[in-house]
Amino acid sequence: MKIAVCLRRVPDTTTKIVVAAGGKSIDEAGVKFVANPYDEYALEAALALKDAAGSGETTVVALGGDIVQETLRTALAMGIDRAVHLQGTPSADGLANARVLADHLRGGGYDLILCGKLAVDDYGQQTGAMIAELLELPCATAITRLDVAYGRASVEREVEGGVEAASCALPAVFSCDKGLNNPRLPSLKGIMAAKKKPLEVIAVTPDAGGVTVVALALPPERAPGKIVGEGAAAVPALMQALTSDAKVI
Amino acid sequence: MTDILVVLEVRDGALRKGAGELLAAARRITDGSVDALVCSAGAVNGLDALGAVGADRVLTALHPDFATYCPDGIAATAASIASSYRAVLVAATATGKDLGPRIAARMNAPCAMDVTSLDMNGNAIRVVRPVYAGKALQTLDVSSSGVIVVRPGAYPAGQHGRPGATAAVNVPSFTRRLEVAAVRKSDKGALDVAEARVVISGGRGLGDPKNFALLDELAAAFGGEAAVGASRAVVDAGWAEHGAQVGQTGKTVAPELYIAVGISGAIQHLAGMRTAKVIVAINRDKDAPIFKVADYGIVGDLFEVVPALTAAVKQARAH
Ligand SMILES: Cc1cc2nc3c(=O)[nH]c(=O)nc-3n(C[C@H](O)[C@H](O)[C@H](O)COP(=O)(O)OP(=O)(O)OC[C@H]3O[C@@H](n4cnc5c(N)ncnc54)[C@H](O)[C@@H]3O)c2cc1C
Repeated sequence: MKIAVCLRRVPDTTTKIVVAAGGKSIDEAGVKFVANPYDEYALEAALALKDAAGSGETTVVALGGDIVQETLRTALAMGIDRAVHLQGTPSADGLANARVLADHLRGGGYDLILCGKLAVDDYGQQTGAMIAELLELPCATAITRLDVAYGRASVEREVEGGVEAASCALPAVFSCDKGLNNPRLPSLKGIMAAKKKPLEVIAVTPDAGGVTVVALALPPERAPGKIVGEGAAAVPALMQALTSDAKVI
Repeated sequence: MTDILVVLEVRDGALRKGAGELLAAARRITDGSVDALVCSAGAVNGLDALGAVGADRVLTALHPDFATYCPDGIAATAASIASSYRAVLVAATATGKDLGPRIAARMNAPCAMDVTSLDMNGNAIRVVRPVYAGKALQTLDVSSSGVIVVRPGAYPAGQHGRPGATAAVNVPSFTRRLEVAAVRKSDKGALDVAEARVVISGGRGLGDPKNFALLDELAAAFGGEAAVGASRAVVDAGWAEHGAQVGQTGKTVAPELYIAVGISGAIQHLAGMRTAKVIVAINRDKDAPIFKVADYGIVGDLFEVVPALTAAVKQARAH
């Protein structure tokens, strides 16, 4: 089985956001970058499927500047077999990026293409579904369960008020949610091995697309709250606030 | 071309809630017509009420495969008529987030996800959307004929008294690549944290999974309006289900009232609930970061405070 995972490099989730001069992006000074947490579920799923099958090949693909090679190496250290760096500047339009990824993945002979359900930087939440549409493949997004057998995949995803099960023939595209698995950490041996694994660089040019970033701003601060009191004795004061002031009870 | 197409969500032969909100969002970016597309396998209840909340026409697309969620068929149907609209609007629910990008890809148009505000800016649609887990807001101009996925609750439903005429829409031929089963309702049949008016979330401070019963009782006091959520720490410990997790890697909730019980208020948790209208925190550590975002806080032992609050809510609602 051949499995491809799309990977994005994002700021660590504890990053304090500072808006850069120009007001359209974050100031990256001092920011620690990591593999997108949801992509780690995709990486783990690929590795687990290959482990279970006892054969196959896993590939990780990332679009971005040269710095993404660092993140690709992390995936290789987890155990992914080879990496592809699509070298170019991502567009603000997710479809333009999905097109670049799809163009590369098309003809790659992949049985499975996995993504994270969203990237924790721009929260675009569209890459997986768009790649699937462009490649005319079956797709389920935000899956929390994946079983593959006899050329078919069964998946589950959470929807409001319940769980939706679905199935399809392979090849297919899935985007992965928390709950799917527990991603492994790179081992020391893996980190050493990653240095020798193949990392192919292909120059790409995503088109401009139909989206323009106008501004990035910090959200308005919540008005400072107040501590209404201590212990159970404070409950009447809280109830007063909730019923008369905030009117939510 | 100023008309807007709104794709409504149907489950088990009924419209999902939020149709009025989505129609209200559509009204913000047009003085023209708003058409509501409803894809189903048979009759759907509640379509006649859509006119009053802003649908000029209700377009029904019937297909046997639409008995359960059919992303391939719905995306094909929406995309087949989308070129005559300024934009396609979908709600940012689990289903809408799945569907929006598919429609956009088929239209060869951009998709703006989880939008909290929208307006026209010349020929473009100007949207605002939370990014970086709600730590920043991004403003985008989306060229016309894009897909806008609107966060539930962004706009309240309004009264419009439109005619709400109905018309049938042809379902184009499509390949059903994904077969989706009916939604299996969660065990308790409980309200989903993403949809409840009141969310009461528990964290590691509860000390033991069985103590979630305290929160269930408080939720019950709200008479079917409240859902119980959880921090990631307790979900990872197996005390609560994944579907209950609020935060960056869980659900984003925007209830009227959010009560955080024994939750420290880590930045990843705040990402999922900071847009709640009113936030209450109960924590025994007066320096817990949750108090920085809470409108009202009680410093104290939750085992003492929560039962007292439950009793008070019961009493208040009995009046
Ligand atoms: C990539 C990533 C993603 C994450 N995503 C999420 C997410 O989606 N959601 C999320 O919640 N977290 C998320 N986290 C985890 C987050 O960083 C915190 O670890 C987590 O939110 C802590 O949970 P907690 O508040 O329940 O526990 P703790 O931080 O341990 O807090 C427990 C609190 O309970 C209080 N307490 C203890 N006993 C009592 C008592 N008897 N009465 C009253 N108060 C009491 C304590 O004072 C303390 O403040 C994520 C982390 C990472 C790295």
